[in-house]
Amino acid sequence: MSTQAAAKIPAPKEGPGAPKKGLRRPVGTLYRGREGMWSWVLHRITGVAIFFFLLVHIMDTSLVMITPEGYNAVIGTYKTPIMGLGEIALVAAIGLHALNGLRIIAIDFLTIGPRIQRLMFWIAIGLWVVLLVGFVPRQILHIFGGA
Amino acid sequence: MSTTIDAPRSPRSPLRKRRVNWEKWGWLYMRASGIVLVVLIFGHLLVNLFLGDGVKAIDFAFVAGKWANPFWIVYDTLLLWLALIHGANGMRTIINDYARSRFRIVLLVLLAAATVGLLTMGTLALTTFDPCPAGTPADLLPSFCSTL
Repeated sequence: MSTQAAAKIPAPKEGPGAPKKGLRRPVGTLYRGREGMWSWVLHRITGVAIFFFLLVHIMDTSLVMITPEGYNAVIGTYKTPIMGLGEIALVAAIGLHALNGLRIIAIDFLTIGPRIQRLMFWIAIGLWVVLLVGFVPRQILHIFGGA
Repeated sequence: MSTTIDAPRSPRSPLRKRRVNWEKWGWLYMRASGIVLVVLIFGHLLVNLFLGDGVKAIDFAFVAGKWANPFWIVYDTLLLWLALIHGANGMRTIINDYARSRFRIVLLVLLAAATVGLLTMGTLALTTFDPCPAGTPADLLPSFCSTL
C-alpha cells in the first residue's frame, strides 16, 4: 500500500537470484527480509493492537455517562501492576507506529525519501528507544511506587 | 466481464464521468490524520499517563475536571474521530488483504458497525457529560460540584 521500496536494486549474485551457500537471507529482493518488510510487519501488528485497545478505551471512557462509581471501578483495573506493564506495551506500540508512520510520510512526500528509507527506519528505532527510556522508569515508579 | 477494444484509429470515445477516487482520499487521510494524531496522542499520554501520578490519578473527578474546560472537550472529540477513523481504515486495508468472499464482507460490515457505534457513543459521552450527577457521594465528584 505505502511505497516503502528502496531505490537501489542489488544485482542478483550469479544466476537468477541464486543464494550463495550458507546465506539464509533471500538474494535478489530488496524488500523481503529487510528493514522495509519488518517495518511493514511491525506497522500492521502495532496498528491492529492499538485499534483493539482503542475500541475498549472508548467503551470504558463512555462509562462516565452511566455512573461515577462504575467508571471508577473499571478504570481501577488499569491501575494494577499487570495493566501497568500493559500500558508500557501500549506506549511502545503507539511510539513505534507513530515514528514509523512519520517515516512512511517522509518516504511518500520527500524526493529523497525512498533512498533513505532504511536510514529513517533506524532513526525511528533510535527515537523509539529514547521515548521508552523516558517513559518506562516513570511508569514503573507510578505502578510499583508507594501510594 | 469482457472489455471491448475500439478498432484502431476510431474517433476518441467521450470521457467517462469522473468518479471520486476514494482510495486516494483514504490514502491521504491516513497521512494527514497521522500527523495530527502524533501530536494529539502524545499530548494525551503525557497528561493522563506521564505527568502527576500517572494512571493512578484517573477517576471520574479527574475526567470531570478536564472536561470542565472546553479545550479538552474539543481535544478529545478530535482524538476520538481522527483516531477511530484512522484505525478503522487501517483495519479495512488489512481485512481486504487477508479475508476473502463472504467472510470479508461480514468483517467489513462488523467493522463499519463498530466504528459508527463507537463514534456515536463517544461523541455522546463528550457532549452530554454531567460532571455533578445527583445522588453521588461528593468525594467521587470534582471539587467544584460542592460550590454549585
